[in-house]
Amino acid sequence: MLHLTLFSIFGLICVAGAINLLVQRHPINSALSLVVVMGSLAAEYLLLGAEFVAAIQVIVYAGAVMVLFIFVIMLLNAGEEERTRGSRVAVLFGVPGMLIGSLLVAWVLVEHSGTQAVAPGALPGPPKTIGWLLFHDYLLPFEITSVLVLIAIMGAVVLASPPQSIQQKREG
Amino acid sequence: MSVTAFVIVSVIKIVIAILVLLTAVAYTVWLERKVVGHIQNRWGPTRVGPFGLLQPLADGLKFVFKEDLVPPHVYKPLYIVAPMIALIFALTSISVIPVGNWVTVRGFSTPLQITDVNIGLLVILGVTSLGVYGVALAGWSSNSKYSLLGGLRASAQMVSYEVALGLSLVGVLITAGSFSLREIVDAQGGTFWGFIPRWNIFQGQIVAFFIYLTAAYAETNRVPFDLPEAETELVAGYHTEYSSMKFAMFFMAEYANMITVACLASLLFLGGWHGPLFGPPILQAILPVFWFLLRVFIFLFIYIWVRGTLPRFRYDQLMAFGWKFLLPVAIANLVITALIVALKS
Repeated sequence: MLHLTLFSIFGLICVAGAINLLVQRHPINSALSLVVVMGSLAAEYLLLGAEFVAAIQVIVYAGAVMVLFIFVIMLLNAGEEERTRGSRVAVLFGVPGMLIGSLLVAWVLVEHSGTQAVAPGALPGPPKTIGWLLFHDYLLPFEITSVLVLIAIMGAVVLASPPQSIQQKREG
Repeated sequence: MSVTAFVIVSVIKIVIAILVLLTAVAYTVWLERKVVGHIQNRWGPTRVGPFGLLQPLADGLKFVFKEDLVPPHVYKPLYIVAPMIALIFALTSISVIPVGNWVTVRGFSTPLQITDVNIGLLVILGVTSLGVYGVALAGWSSNSKYSLLGGLRASAQMVSYEVALGLSLVGVLITAGSFSLREIVDAQGGTFWGFIPRWNIFQGQIVAFFIYLTAAYAETNRVPFDLPEAETELVAGYHTEYSSMKFAMFFMAEYANMITVACLASLLFLGGWHGPLFGPPILQAILPVFWFLLRVFIFLFIYIWVRGTLPRFRYDQLMAFGWKFLLPVAIANLVITALIVALKS
């Protein structure tokens, strides 16, 4: 019972953060709403018993990735969004329509996919178990992911470096 | 233990921990002023109370009575929230820091720790990562060039040195085999050959200790890494536009971070609360706390000593040091520790 209550509370916070992300006009408010979403997801992982994943979600996602997002927003000094003249009828019929449509799709998918509710503690929680899985059963995906991140880093360095070849050509 | 008893005991522990932490923050400021004063061949505060011991009280009153100015050009929501974020996350890490063994009072047995989660170390790392937001948002929302530059520099520095900090702690984790802070300390009990204590710093983690020390100075924005708040560089960096209580909150957050880092170093590298125990049972319950506080005090003293002695790094030197030297050394330490542990077992 307590479990269900906590799940609903953090689920509501997550959804509210996500809606706030879309509704806010200033990008920094959206970024901070995304941090709230990450935090509530970490709480959901904790409720499922995956404490290591919850901690890593906070450290990596909310504490590093989102900080970089916020750096970019601060450095680019992106101001508030401009409002275009939208149609009120679209909002009046569109938002409830979207909600009902997505609820229908979700209900059909859940009914017919054969999934069941996950009991808390059913997923590997302790860091030891996750470490074992990561370095024994899932070693190849782990190493390939690290190569992927290395490629992304190299791409970022190349993209962000000043155009040296043009300068060298000018200087002869 | 029943649920109500557990809740009451936890509330008592939380209240005691917060009171002790806030008093410790205030008196760390006093300690710094006295020690830096003596290093610079002058007395520190001496007039307010004996040895200037009531100086923090006077400072607190001053901050309360100062005008709390909110400049018109700031982005108000984040300007007001940023110091709160910094202080909240600085004070949260005390919740998983153990200060002593289990104590039994009138049949209630409780650890001297607010809560012993099995991922205690990760909780502290996560809370430290979230503390960067206070600094970054303060710098940006102040809408001033000094603040923005100071905020960006400070948060970039904190994020960079978090990596080296985390990696230096992994060696300790491999040696101890658990993330829970209590278990890491328990693994440091006993002695080698009867007199060398089995602390992690003697179990091969001496390089990790110095990496941790350096990364901790950078994480808490202290000399020699305090360029983001250097007066000669950036007026006051990210807290330029703040006055009275909000500035006091940043100040408290910085010293609370220092205390957290000192506690963590004592727990992970210096053996926690292990020390000679003697006397009646009540003394035996209090002595571990005393040994722990002694280590924390020594660590804070070294912090303040370094502050009074070293000049500060330039920002590019600072970032190069963090990424090009500290990170490879931390990784090398990790690899060697892992090799030794794997070959032993």
